[in-house]
Amino acid sequence: MDHRILIIFAHPALEKSRVHYRLLKAAQTVQGITCHDLYQTYPDFMVDVDQEQELLTQHEIILFQFPLYWYSTPAILKEWQDLVLEYGFAYGQNGLALRGKWFTCALSTGGSKAAYQADGLNHFTLRELLRPLEQTANLCGMVYLPPFVIHEANDLSEAEIDACAHHYQQLLKQLQQQSSVQALTRLSYLNDLSV
Amino acid sequence: MALLQEAFLFLAAGVVAVPIASRLGLGSVLGYLIAGVIIGPFVFGFVGETEHIMHFAEFGVVMMLFLIGLELQPAVLWQLRKPILGLGGLQVSVTALAVAGIAMLFGLSWQVGVAMGLILSLSSTAIALQILGEKNLMQTEGGKASFAVLLFQDIAVIPIIALLPLLSTSGGGSVKAAEASSTYIDTLPEWQQPLVVIGVIIGLILIGRYLMRPVFRFIAESHLREMFTATALMLVVGTALLMNMVGLSPALGAFIAGVVLANNEYRHELEANIDPFKALLLGLFFMSVGASIDFALLAKHPLIVSLVVLGLISLKFVILWGLAKLFAIQGGYRYWFAFALAQGGEFGFVLLSFSLQNQVLPAELVDILTAAIALSMVLTPVLILLNERLVQPLFEQGEAELHEEPMDEQHNPVIVAGFGRFGQIVARLLLANGFAVTVLDHSATHIERVRRFGFKIFYGDATRDDLLHTAGAAKAKLLVIAVDDRATINKIVEMAKHNFPNLKIYARAYDVVHYHELQRLGVDHIERELFLGSLHLGERVLQELGMRAYQARRKALQFAQHDQETNQRLSDFELGSKKYISISQQARDEVIELLQADRIQRQQQEQDNAWSAEQRAQHDV
Ligand SMILES: Cc1cc2nc3c(=O)[nH]c(=O)nc-3n(C[C@H](O)[C@H](O)[C@H](O)COP(=O)(O)O)c2cc1C
Repeated sequence: MDHRILIIFAHPALEKSRVHYRLLKAAQTVQGITCHDLYQTYPDFMVDVDQEQELLTQHEIILFQFPLYWYSTPAILKEWQDLVLEYGFAYGQNGLALRGKWFTCALSTGGSKAAYQADGLNHFTLRELLRPLEQTANLCGMVYLPPFVIHEANDLSEAEIDACAHHYQQLLKQLQQQSSVQALTRLSYLNDLSV
Repeated sequence: MALLQEAFLFLAAGVVAVPIASRLGLGSVLGYLIAGVIIGPFVFGFVGETEHIMHFAEFGVVMMLFLIGLELQPAVLWQLRKPILGLGGLQVSVTALAVAGIAMLFGLSWQVGVAMGLILSLSSTAIALQILGEKNLMQTEGGKASFAVLLFQDIAVIPIIALLPLLSTSGGGSVKAAEASSTYIDTLPEWQQPLVVIGVIIGLILIGRYLMRPVFRFIAESHLREMFTATALMLVVGTALLMNMVGLSPALGAFIAGVVLANNEYRHELEANIDPFKALLLGLFFMSVGASIDFALLAKHPLIVSLVVLGLISLKFVILWGLAKLFAIQGGYRYWFAFALAQGGEFGFVLLSFSLQNQVLPAELVDILTAAIALSMVLTPVLILLNERLVQPLFEQGEAELHEEPMDEQHNPVIVAGFGRFGQIVARLLLANGFAVTVLDHSATHIERVRRFGFKIFYGDATRDDLLHTAGAAKAKLLVIAVDDRATINKIVEMAKHNFPNLKIYARAYDVVHYHELQRLGVDHIERELFLGSLHLGERVLQELGMRAYQARRKALQFAQHDQETNQRLSDFELGSKKYISISQQARDEVIELLQADRIQRQQQEQDNAWSAEQRAQHDV
């Protein structure tokens, strides 16, 4: 059976977005994927914890989709983590609800891949900067997969973004059917998976 | 027993006639008047001479003015000084002169003419204010102007009483005057009289200002409700007596007493206590007017009496209308004003018998004028009905063309119906975000006012489908109903649903019950009109009580969410049904539980502990 994918999406200004707007559209066309737009659902940041936990338990793959803001997620996604990943649900002795699920991110950055290197402008690789999420997944017993990344998001042409969106769509479909996780964890970016 | 019988008759007549008249849309005044005619000497003759009743019932007018005074802060009264003196003064003098002129044309002496003019210039405070109040027009331009004129007339009665004896054609007039109104003040030397009058008024103001508050408090603390009623009545009756003593109009005195007490914290209690008495006495007054109509005289001189009545009404109407135009009273209200005041008044009866005693007017003429005033009073509600059914509707349509550029078909995505406090916020938010909005409102004065701030609004009654069509409802995306009357809101919803099925409807709900009504009507989105304001205020109070801002905001939002859910749950059940009540009660308990166990707080502690434990465990491994 296909894995059910939950895309937890966060973009505070989707109306201005070039990249995520298209990525989201592409994802929405794939059968069996739930797209959950946090800023649209919780304009007051009043995250409904029960509802969110229910959603999590109904899916096998959890994916955060967001633009990189200050080397991290937009604020609501952090609020979401603070509230939803409760003790006794996501971690702790009885917190087993997420155990064994796969976790990954799909994000865009303004900076280039070269800028995200030890000798680059940002001094750290993106994988390093995403460590907090990686460890969060670990603590909750989830399998952390490498991220799908679109660099230089603001410099891409429309055609290039469309290509990215298509790529994303294919990857999602691939993930739904993927049985071995080893083939994925080896990669540095999910982008490198051959589809 | 005779007294009880009479009381029963009047009460029964009122109880039967008034509800029927109201149901037929004739208004209560006409109902009372008809009831009076029916029990009066010329139909069934259940009651005979009603003059004594009328005198007694006139006290209703005194109470009415007391109540009006209570509603009128001194500052507001001061703002009215221009219409009172200007409009009122002109109304009395122009009418008096016109009547005098006409009387002289018919060969009467100038003295008789002036006396008639002064007497007929007065209108019926009781009838006019009762009708305007019933139609909810007191706060409109027309209502305020009417009130100003009536107040001036009440004041004018005093000099008129002084003046009438001087118009007597037989020498002994002034002696009679002293006899007719043998008040305490007449026993004083002339130079002292004005001083006493001024002193009494100042005393009244001082007592009202400083003495009544502790008195009311003392009475209120006794917790005997009827004592408060008694005090209130005593106050009004006492004022009236005092005024009589110094020869002032009791109505005027009561009005002053009312204004003085307008700032008093017991004002509403006073109102509630006096109001039933006023209503009953006024009803009695109207019935006695109806019963007093001299149909015998009418039968004897049908032509003269009807001509005088018609002449009186039309003359007064024309003068009132002209003055209203002069004072720039807006379109439709001008007619309300002119129709409401185009009759003779209750003071007219008093002044007529006074003139008879002073030999100012001959008996024959007094009889005819008395009948004419009574008939003009009876005709007023009829005229008001005509105004309402025929003149006003015509006018409303005309108004659209008069004050507004005719609306070409609009093509904005949003139509906002109602530009009051609610609609303004909605429309301004949309406009500020660059969305084109078509705004409709159906109060011309209101439109004029907001237009000065640069808003373009169309005059229109959104309950009319043709108007909504012109407003672009067929192509618009959304209709926002922001008018304040729930019946109107429902009407617009039904009409719009029926004629423009693709139009989304967002509406303002008066309360939860109305919310459910709108839900059933299929409105797409509903907001309770006071909910968010109250919620935010509550949030600020929580802060003031020591809660941190973020907590307070969360509590408020959680409360709102829960309230909304409860609303949803309740929507299937009838208001007040067992199920409805039990769900509401359950919800009340739930919300307490929910708010006191806010997850974020609970989490904070649990998580903190959990984290330290978790991290220690990791360390140990
Ligand atoms: C508040 C803010 C913070 C940002 N921080 C970063 C950053 O730390 N690193 C980076 O590479 N780009 C950063 N960016 C650029 C965004 O990541 C980039 O514009 C976005 O991914 C474009 O996606 P979109 O077209 O869907 O909005 C930031 C942008 C904003 C508005």
